[in-house]
Amino acid sequence: MSEITNIVTPIRLDYTYTAGHATQRFLLGMAEGRILGQRCPECAKVYVPPRGACPKCGVPTTDEVEVTGKGTVTTFCIVRIPSDVLSVPPPFTCAHVLLDGADLPFFALIQECDFDAVRMGMRVEAVWAPKAELAATFESIRYFRPIDEPDAPYETYKEHL
Amino acid sequence: MPSRDVAIVGFAQSASVRREASRNEVEMLMPILQEAKRQAGLRGRDIGVTVSGSCDYLAGQPFAFVSALDAVGAWPPIVESHVEMDGAWALYEAWVKLQTGEADSALVYAFGKSSMGDLPEVLTIQLDPYTTAPLWPDAVSLAALQARAYLEKTGTSERDLAEVAFRSRRAAAANPKAQVRTSADAETLLATPYLVSPLRAHDCPPISDGCAAIVLACGDAVKKSAMTPVWIRGIDHRIEAHALGVRDLTTSPSTKLAGEKAGVGKGRVDLAELHAPFTHQELILREALGLGAGVDVNPSGGALAANPMMVAGLVRIGEAAARLAGGAGKRAVAHATSGPCLQQNLVCVLERD
Repeated sequence: MSEITNIVTPIRLDYTYTAGHATQRFLLGMAEGRILGQRCPECAKVYVPPRGACPKCGVPTTDEVEVTGKGTVTTFCIVRIPSDVLSVPPPFTCAHVLLDGADLPFFALIQECDFDAVRMGMRVEAVWAPKAELAATFESIRYFRPIDEPDAPYETYKEHL
Repeated sequence: MPSRDVAIVGFAQSASVRREASRNEVEMLMPILQEAKRQAGLRGRDIGVTVSGSCDYLAGQPFAFVSALDAVGAWPPIVESHVEMDGAWALYEAWVKLQTGEADSALVYAFGKSSMGDLPEVLTIQLDPYTTAPLWPDAVSLAALQARAYLEKTGTSERDLAEVAFRSRRAAAANPKAQVRTSADAETLLATPYLVSPLRAHDCPPISDGCAAIVLACGDAVKKSAMTPVWIRGIDHRIEAHALGVRDLTTSPSTKLAGEKAGVGKGRVDLAELHAPFTHQELILREALGLGAGVDVNPSGGALAANPMMVAGLVRIGEAAARLAGGAGKRAVAHATSGPCLQQNLVCVLERD
């Protein structure tokens, strides 16, 4: 008699995700080509994208703040491993971008930039989808590209690494 | 027996609703946590330990419980723990932590948004994954197996079950946080069709979204409380086998034992909040805990009126404490359950000075 080493019991569960008030505001902003964050009333940090709470203070972030698409690369990596779920073929550059006026860097693609030119402190700007293609998704920002500005000094972003 | 007296000094809960469509869990929790801490007279930095209860399968996201910490304020790093269970077990863990003397206060919270998925299917995957879960028995069907066995063994009638539903729903009319707050009389309820025989809709809990929080305190931390402190005089939890076939579903030996260890019988019980999501389970639990006719059972309406998953057990403790604090009695029993057909049970005895 052969030993049973494996059984297959398929499980599939479907969910309807609730973005929440804060993320909903952010996503609706994306559809208008605007970047909306929220400021903590206690520590004054600005979260982009906002989640409705300051994770540091544990209080609701109610003040809405609009920031521009300009920011600083705080850290980066170059992805060379292929995967079915990637929307861009490797190699490509992924970075943490800290938008001016925000206190939370987020993950973003860097393009229009040679791999050996990307660096910490590099100044970048958002490249938006064409107006007709703007939608309530983070993908309304296609990627970030370098801008002709001096690098941000390390002290200005060291808190956000 | 406990060496430190622990009091409930704050309790807050959201309204239970069928679908909380606009707020995420963090946004639901924040006002509840603020309110519980306000009652306790404690600020976030004063809290010694934070313990939460929830289930990532309800949210469909791994580590959803970590995201929920945004509502707490976890920087600089705090002492925190989580149980993938009803918040009543989070309260137990917090109580143990206070017994060790490492903390003098604890924030316990629980949240569950069942509306994001298909709750009966989500509950199925807590079953044995090899022989039971692949058959997809849902939670109501499993409860119906238990109800049938109970009715046949004890001679209890479906009318008796309808009376439990009627009484719970009528009690819930005075509870603004409850979800089902009106009821037709038992006669009318009995005329409705079976959902899964012998259970009708009124024998089953509503599907609810909600959250709740309790603050515990010891020693000097109790003095800051705006709420009349309610003392935890005994708390115990026991579990039965996972496989349904090896259990006698018509009784609850784990509840009975937990009740004895918690000291339910050591004094008169004025009121009890029992976590009985199905009508027949209330009758099983009353018997296991030895609660007589003089005990006011589920004055809040219980889980038959509002059943946020991972929250409803913690709410039983909070409701019982809030009623004692409000003068409804001196001594109460609170109970929480987890798993199919009352598999695991926690019993807590509460007293007011």
